[in-house]
Amino acid sequence: MSDKFKAEDFEIVGIRRQDSEKLAETPISFWKEVRLRFFKNKLAVFGGVMLFLIILFAIFGPMMRPFSYSDMLGNFNAKPNGTNWLGTDELGRDVFTRLWYGARVSLFIGVVAAAVDVVIGVIYGSVAGFKGGRVDNVMMRIVDILSAVPYLLIVILLLVVMKQGMLPMIVALTITGWINMARIVRGEILTIKNNEFVMASRVMGASSLHIIFKHLIPNIMGSIIVTMMLTIPSAIFTESFLGYLGLGIQLPFPSWGTMASEGRTALSIYPWRLFAPALAISLTIFAFNAVGDGLRDALDPKQRK
Amino acid sequence: MAEKLLEVKNLKQYFGSAKHPIKAVDGISFFINKGETLGLVGESGSGKSTTGRSIIRLYEPTAGEIIFEGRDITKKMTRRERLQMAKDIQMIFQDPYASLNPRMTIKDILSEPLDIHGMYPNADERLEKLVELMENVGLDREHLNRYPHEFSGGQRQRIGVARVLALDPKFIIADEPISALDVSIQAQVVNLLKDLQRERGLTYLFIAHDLSMVKYISDRLAIMHKGQLVEVGDSEEIYENPVHPYTKSLLSAIPLPDPAYERQRQRIVYSATAAEHGTEWVQIKDNHWVLQ
Repeated sequence: MSDKFKAEDFEIVGIRRQDSEKLAETPISFWKEVRLRFFKNKLAVFGGVMLFLIILFAIFGPMMRPFSYSDMLGNFNAKPNGTNWLGTDELGRDVFTRLWYGARVSLFIGVVAAAVDVVIGVIYGSVAGFKGGRVDNVMMRIVDILSAVPYLLIVILLLVVMKQGMLPMIVALTITGWINMARIVRGEILTIKNNEFVMASRVMGASSLHIIFKHLIPNIMGSIIVTMMLTIPSAIFTESFLGYLGLGIQLPFPSWGTMASEGRTALSIYPWRLFAPALAISLTIFAFNAVGDGLRDALDPKQRK
Repeated sequence: MAEKLLEVKNLKQYFGSAKHPIKAVDGISFFINKGETLGLVGESGSGKSTTGRSIIRLYEPTAGEIIFEGRDITKKMTRRERLQMAKDIQMIFQDPYASLNPRMTIKDILSEPLDIHGMYPNADERLEKLVELMENVGLDREHLNRYPHEFSGGQRQRIGVARVLALDPKFIIADEPISALDVSIQAQVVNLLKDLQRERGLTYLFIAHDLSMVKYISDRLAIMHKGQLVEVGDSEEIYENPVHPYTKSLLSAIPLPDPAYERQRQRIVYSATAAEHGTEWVQIKDNHWVLQ
């Protein structure tokens, strides 16, 4: 190229001081960005919609039919039909009603168990991570010991000793369930507590509680939410599993696990009695996991593979 | 005779086990006069940041005295005394990306020191104060509702300065406040610090690892190497007449935008251990001491 640039081709515009201090048009908060990213993830949105429908049915499902979960209609093991949408069981109870009644029980247990896990796990984990040193060492060894005890053994013993019911089930699920949360919270706190904004806060005279609640926990909220979203399905699954073993909620109160357990005996003749709760369990767990994964990706796009 | 605001006497800061301690800071003494800037210079790992953090009590000093306004602040303090000290002594951090909590708006960040100290509880007065702080550092009130990630490095560092100003401190430890910034932005922050010093009579301990910018802001310099001070004196004097080989080595590392000079520039390498520093402080001139 022979034609070189000449001096008159350029124009000096100087520094635009005004512009250099300007920011992007609209402020975007962290959570707004997360929301945007979450809604781009089709699987997660699908999971979210499904979850929404399941919750909707759990609330309104039992009201859609004129039966209660324990009404014996005298019509044993009926196939799915116009009155009994999902058929009836061996005592002539409407499976549809029982399924959504069971959804209430399962979801309630899952959510409460996860919430208790969060409270205990976050407090325990943040104290261990924040204090560090010897305190951390002792606290984490206790956790190691607890998690080394076979979990099912504890749960089964507990359910045998206590009367079967909602509360013992929640206790059984949380007695070791918080450990995972505590470990995750501790790890996250360890990585961010040496950040300069934490030091700045300390230099300003902030107390430890102020630092934990104002700086540390808001910054690990993402991990806490994701862990909680993934704890709920595992609690639901464990509840169903225990129900299936006959250690679940007391009859005639339905839960998905006990329904599946009852249905199993008649699998070859009346398969709908097993399929309905089994499918409900699978779909719910899938929905929670999809939403949890979606949230994790939305909260931390860098970690995405 | 100028009034001493801060005096450090034989400060030691060891880490690790008592048997095999890592001597980050090993017996340093210096003072800072009211209203002046002391530049603390040294290579990475020389203990200069540790010194700053020990003074502000982020670390518990192993030994030594730190006397601020005539009081030893290494002693145990009540909560009220600690809060008072937090008001008097503040710190500007190195990394403008890590020193602001990413989940808080600028308004929350600047409110934090006011909240901790229960200042300006009235919402209107609070807002007025925040706007004043923003204007002090050349930022707009519109920026209060923004998040740190929306700002450039220089702007963030100025937000860090505004946060420090909220408490109206007497003494500010600036821990490499410009080393994470682009060269074109460094002057912005240094000039801001100088202006604030003039307006408010602030005293600075300015920690840095290169001598070029430090000269511009510091009245006196303290050169640190492997946990010990090796030379202390007026900035001009140290630039004109460096005595300690380590100081000479640091000065020889400053690049200048002059090709003729650059071609001739000889790097002096200094690689002595702490034990070879010598033990005797020798006075060269009025305000110029060197370890020999």
